[in-house]
Amino acid sequence: MSRSAIPLTKAMSQPSYETQDSQVFDCKIETRDLHFSFRQNPIFSGLSLRIPSGKVTVLMGPSGCGKSTLLGLIGGRIQPSSGSVLVDDCPVPPPNSADLFAMRRKMGMLFQSSALLTDLTVFDNVAFPLREQTRLPEDLIRIVVMMKLEKVGLRGARDLMPSELSGGMARRVALARAIALDPELVMYDEPFVGLDPISMGVIVRLIRDLNDALGLTSVVVTHDIAEGCSIADYAYLLGGGRVIAGGTPEELMNSEQDEVRQFVNGLPDGPVGYHYPAGDYAADLEQR
Amino acid sequence: MQRRSLEIWVGVFLLLGIAALVMLAVQVSSAGSGSSDSYRITAKFENVGGLNVKAPVMVGGVRIGRVTAIEIDKEDYAAVVHMDIENRYDNLPIDTGASILTAGLLGSQFIGLEPGADDLYLESGDELDLTQSAIQLETLISQFMFSQGQGGDGDNDSDN
Amino acid sequence: MTGLLQFLGRGVLEFTSRSGAYVLFLWRMLAGSARALSRPRLIIQQLYSVGVLTMLIILVSGLFVGMVLGLQGYYQLVNFSAESSLGLVVALFLVRELGPVLAALLFAGRAGSALTAEIGLMKTTEQLAAMEMMAVNPMDRVIGPRFVAGLIAMPLLAAMLSAVGVVGGYLIGHGQFGVDPGVYWGAMQNGVDLVDDVLNGVIKSIVFGFVVTWVALFEGYDAEPTSEGVSRATTRTVVTSSLAILGGDYILTALMFGGL
Repeated sequence: MSRSAIPLTKAMSQPSYETQDSQVFDCKIETRDLHFSFRQNPIFSGLSLRIPSGKVTVLMGPSGCGKSTLLGLIGGRIQPSSGSVLVDDCPVPPPNSADLFAMRRKMGMLFQSSALLTDLTVFDNVAFPLREQTRLPEDLIRIVVMMKLEKVGLRGARDLMPSELSGGMARRVALARAIALDPELVMYDEPFVGLDPISMGVIVRLIRDLNDALGLTSVVVTHDIAEGCSIADYAYLLGGGRVIAGGTPEELMNSEQDEVRQFVNGLPDGPVGYHYPAGDYAADLEQR
Repeated sequence: MQRRSLEIWVGVFLLLGIAALVMLAVQVSSAGSGSSDSYRITAKFENVGGLNVKAPVMVGGVRIGRVTAIEIDKEDYAAVVHMDIENRYDNLPIDTGASILTAGLLGSQFIGLEPGADDLYLESGDELDLTQSAIQLETLISQFMFSQGQGGDGDNDSDN
Repeated sequence: MTGLLQFLGRGVLEFTSRSGAYVLFLWRMLAGSARALSRPRLIIQQLYSVGVLTMLIILVSGLFVGMVLGLQGYYQLVNFSAESSLGLVVALFLVRELGPVLAALLFAGRAGSALTAEIGLMKTTEQLAAMEMMAVNPMDRVIGPRFVAGLIAMPLLAAMLSAVGVVGGYLIGHGQFGVDPGVYWGAMQNGVDLVDDVLNGVIKSIVFGFVVTWVALFEGYDAEPTSEGVSRATTRTVVTSSLAILGGDYILTALMFGGL
C-alpha cells in the first residue's frame, strides 16, 4: 500500500490494490463528526471521512448534498458549526489568517466556473499565484508558466483572454493555475460539468496524470458516476449530510446498499425520495 | 503597448485634475493675492450692524484685509472688530479712520478705511480711534417715515 | 397590528445588521487599501476605469451646467443690474455645491455602478473565492486599489466639473450677454475664498468619493452571487450612494457654511 504501487505515468490505469483498511493509509484530510448549516438548512450532520494521501479520491452524491461546501470547509473559506476538519493533522481553519494563507499555498483548487481573472491574459492568470506568492524574477516566472501551460497543452494560447477560451480550455488554464505553485493537494469542483466528450476525456486524463506525476493528493467532487469512478482510487458517496458509503469504485458499483444502488444506477425513487417531503396527499386534495 | 496607453490616459487624467484644482485656486479664488502674512489691528464701533467675520477691509475699494473677529468690550459694551491687514499695506497712518459701509443698497457690509495724514504708521495691535458705526437701514427708514409724517402734518422741517 | 410591529422590528434589525456589515467591511477595506498602497501599478489600472472613463461625462456635464448657470444667473441678476456679479454667482454655485454634488452623483452612476457590477461578477464567477484559495486576500488585491483610486479620482473630477463649469458660464456671460471678461473674473476672484469656498468644496468631494466608493465596493462584495443579485446590488449602489451624497451634503454644508 505505498504510492509506488500506482504506475507513475500510465493514464487511467486500474489501480490494483486490495480493499483499503482505513486505519492503515496515509491520511491527508480528515473530517470528524462535521456539522454545518446554511441558512438553518443542515448540510452536514455528523460527516466523518478520511482522504488518503497521494491518491485520487472522488466525492460523489446527489446535487445539493454539500459536496462543494465540503471543499470550502477544507480550504478554510467557511467554518463548520461543530466538528473539525484536519489537513495534515492541523485543524482548519487555523486560528490566525497568516497560517490560513500558508496552508492555502499548499492547496490548489479548480472551480466549476474556472474562475479565471477576466482582466488578465491566460499567461498572466497562470503567473498570478507566482507573482503574488513568490519573489521570482520575471524570466523564471515565464519558464514556470510555460511548463505549466505545456502540461495542459495550451502553451499556444498564452496570449488569449479568458473570454476567448472555450469551456474546456478555460478549465485547463485554471488547472495550470491551480498547480502553478506545485501544491500538495488539488481540489476539483465538478470538473466534468458542461464539457464535450473530448474535453472531458482531456480533463480526466489530466487529473490522473497530474496526480501520479506530481505525487499530489487529488480530491474530485462530482455527481458524474462514470467519470468519477474511472479516475477514482477511492470514492465516497455522500447524502443526507453524512457518508453513505466509501470504498474503491468497484466496491461501490457492487454494493448491495440501497442508497448506493439507487445513485449508481440512477433510479428515480428509492431511499432518496422522488417526492419532496409533503403531508398526506389525500388531505392536501381535500383542502379547498 | 496597451499598458502604455493606459498609463498615458491616467497621466492625462491626473494632470487635468490638478490643472482644474490650480485653476480653482488661482483663477477663481485669487489665491495669488491671498493673505500670506498680515498684521492685526482693532477698531471700536458703537454698532457693527450686519458686519460678518471675514468681511473684506477695503481702502478706496481695494481689498487689503479682512475681519477676523468681532466681540464686545466688557467695560463699555462697544463692539471691537479685529482685522488682519496684509503686510504689504504696512504704511497706513495711525490716524486712519474706519467706517462700516454697505456694498450697494442691500449688499453685504464691509469696513472701509480712510487713511489719515500722520507720519507714524499702524503696527500690529494698534487700535483705530476714528470710527463710524454702521448705518442701519431700519433706522434710516424709520427716520424717513417719521420726517415724512411730520412733513405731512406741519408742512416744514425737511430732514433730521 | 402585530404584523406592523413585526414588519418594523424586522426592518430595524435588518438596518442594524446591515450597518454593522458596512462598518466591518470598512475596517477590512481600509486595511486592504493601506497594503495596496505598495502596489501603485494596481492603483493606476483602477484610476483608468474609475477616473479616465468617468472624465468625459464629467467634462461635458460641467460645461452644460456652467452654461445653464450663466443663463439663469444672468436673467436674474440683470433685474437688479447686478450682472457684474455673474462670475461670482456661477463660481460660488459650482465650487460650493454643484461641483462636488453633481460630480459625486455622476461618479456614483458611472463608476460606482461599474465597480459594484464588476466585484459582484467576480464573486459570481468565483474569482474572489479563487483568489482566496490562492492565498491572495481580495481586500488587498481587488478592493483596496479600487478604493484608493476612487478616493483620488473623485476630488479631481469635482474640480474638473467646477473649472469647466466656470468656463461655460463665461462663454455664455461674455459670448451671449457681453459681460466684460475682467468684470466676470474679477468679481469671482474678489468673492470666492480659497479656504472657505474652494477648500471646503474639495473636502466635500473627498468625503463623497469615500462614501460612494465604499458603498459601491461593499454592495458588490456583499452581492448575492447570481446575475439577479448583481443587478439588484448595482441598483442599491446608485440609490444608497445618491441618498448619502445629498444627505451628507446637507450636513457638510451646515457644518462648513453655517457661520461657525
